[in-house]
Amino acid sequence: MNSVSDQVAPWVASFERLEKQRQTERADDDWLAASRRSALERFTETGFPTTREEAWRFTNVAPIGRLRFSPAGAPARGAHDTWRRWLDEVLFGTLRADAAAGWIVFLDGHYDASLSRIADGPARLSSLARAIVEDRDGVAPYLQGAGTRGKGASAAGPFTNLNTAFLQDGVFLSIPRGKICEQPIHIVYVATGAADCVVSPRTLIRASEGSQAIIVESYIGRPARYFTNAVTQIDLEEGAVLEHCKLQREATEAFHVSATEVVMKRSSAFTSHSIALGGGLTRNDVSVLLDGEGADCTLNGLYVVSGDQHVDHHTLVDHARPHGTSRQLYKGVLDGRSRGVFDGLVVVRPGAQKTDSRQENRNLILSESALVDTKPTLRINADDVKCSHAATTGQLDEASTFYLRSRAIDPETARRIMIHAFVSDVLRRVRVGAIRDGLDALLFGASAAEETPVLAPSAPRPEARS
Amino acid sequence: MTPATATEKKTAMLEIRDLRANAGGKEILKGLDLTIRPGEVHAIMGPNGSGKSTLAHVLAGRAGFEVTGGEVFYQGRNLLEMAPEERAREGVFLAFQYPVEIPGVSNLYLLKSGLNAVRRHRGEPEVDAMEFLALARERMKLVAMDESFLHRAVNEGFSGGEKKRNEIFQMAVLDPKLAILDETDSGLDIDALRIVAEGVNALRSPQRAMLVITHYQRLLDYIIPDAVHVLSGGRIVLSGPAELARELESRGYAWVETSPAQ
Repeated sequence: MNSVSDQVAPWVASFERLEKQRQTERADDDWLAASRRSALERFTETGFPTTREEAWRFTNVAPIGRLRFSPAGAPARGAHDTWRRWLDEVLFGTLRADAAAGWIVFLDGHYDASLSRIADGPARLSSLARAIVEDRDGVAPYLQGAGTRGKGASAAGPFTNLNTAFLQDGVFLSIPRGKICEQPIHIVYVATGAADCVVSPRTLIRASEGSQAIIVESYIGRPARYFTNAVTQIDLEEGAVLEHCKLQREATEAFHVSATEVVMKRSSAFTSHSIALGGGLTRNDVSVLLDGEGADCTLNGLYVVSGDQHVDHHTLVDHARPHGTSRQLYKGVLDGRSRGVFDGLVVVRPGAQKTDSRQENRNLILSESALVDTKPTLRINADDVKCSHAATTGQLDEASTFYLRSRAIDPETARRIMIHAFVSDVLRRVRVGAIRDGLDALLFGASAAEETPVLAPSAPRPEARS
Repeated sequence: MTPATATEKKTAMLEIRDLRANAGGKEILKGLDLTIRPGEVHAIMGPNGSGKSTLAHVLAGRAGFEVTGGEVFYQGRNLLEMAPEERAREGVFLAFQYPVEIPGVSNLYLLKSGLNAVRRHRGEPEVDAMEFLALARERMKLVAMDESFLHRAVNEGFSGGEKKRNEIFQMAVLDPKLAILDETDSGLDIDALRIVAEGVNALRSPQRAMLVITHYQRLLDYIIPDAVHVLSGGRIVLSGPAELARELESRGYAWVETSPAQ
């Protein structure tokens, strides 16, 4: 199974099988069929990336090529109440009328109307399959242009092509001009535990001029070996303000690859949180093009992994216009034999003067065998800019542990307090309270409910300039 | 020159016999003897490198300091067998020379957790947030701190003086039986020194013993000790009343190092 053709053959076979089925059902528009096929062709040319490629040096996706994943069929859905209870538990009770403006739930990539609530609310939320029929012009540009809108193709190219080739359903969310959605809108992709299937969710988000919204995108799974290959495309028009929180709690045997492509217009503000807790192998690519003056981009990330988990974040922040601001803070806590990768590239194009960019990756290693590779990079082609980056990897500080113990606190509690303190600044930035508190409780026991908050606001720290 | 012979009948709060300890593979303490009884304040003075901080860390149970000989009894119990948090729960407190900054953890949380660990150990009910706040407010007055310090991260962004005041404040909350003050005066201006010393003096009591470690005599103008010991080369080479501190200040440590022991 060395050659590209061996690797892609099963995918081509799956594709042709689905295509035949669609033709019989006359299910597709020609343009969509053509998009799918051209994406498949691009994928068959490259196959899966290998560790010989710089962007994949530390993340070996060969198992995805080796294991035969086939597109998931419609799941045999269990009782509605059982699912509801589980979703409530895993998603910290966020799918409630008083906590969200709406939500849309997919089981193995198939839209589930009874678990969703998309009716009212200021934003237009629908399944992608429906939007393809009803709003072809709104949707087509996204599906045809994926992976090509940033500065060159994103590193996730082959996976994005594969997602398009196997595109089935997903979300089309449009926030109308000037609308302000105060309550979060929640998109939930559930893997039901069906083994050896691939799900290719596609999420399209358009934040129209002057709109504001908070969107939560969750990937959760029951124990099984499966493969989620997600693509999310986000457009922020002039003055739009969008907060995007991606919560990943996949099964620990699962593969999770996701590409988030963001294009920002003038004076828009985008904040993203990437929370990665689950998955055996996780690769997140976030690429943001600041394509308008004064765009303001914040990327936060938190990964907490143990055992044999592998989590890789690649970010690309591309400053194409003047007066842009970008802030990145990714933090990782790694235990067991887990492995973390952070690769952040900030590009300042010629003419993108007065860019102000900061990039920071901090890792806390809890065991002898955990490992992190971190590489923040700046590529600056303008002269009047302010850019900095910093990366650290360290262990729990012995002096701090001793200090806490000398104040009568037992070593286990001291350890918990210090890990909590380490992630507190990233955690606190999550604006969706139920998720912030839920994560707090999940990672640190009951502290969220405690009357005395462990967290103290931290003072700004000096950082390396370059 | 044994001070306080009148209290000799009481069990010693701290009894150190022929203590020997290594730090970084090097012998630092070379047979140190010291006895402190309840209610007494003893000062240990000595030049840099004499073993003052090693003594403080060994007593608090810090890893990396290896005891190679001798014994330490705290209220008649073997102190060296106890874990650092157990010592703290039993009433041993170390005011650090360099208090540690812990970003993200509030002072309030640290202290309430510590106090409740002590109370559980004593079989007393835990204090709730309201009770703790009331106690903390009262004790903060001792070192003229305001309440905002409670909500800040432990020592983060504190000035040198604020850090030392915070140590004494913590001591006041945890209410120890044996307090070890490791160079609490270092880096303090005269106003801060006075505040810290007043805080310490307010905490003197017949039930509590204190070991004040310092390089300079200045602190001992404000905290008058019952006895002064001179540490040199890992041993106590001279002991005397409070006045000994002044003599050291005027004659320098070289005088002690060259004079015959005791």
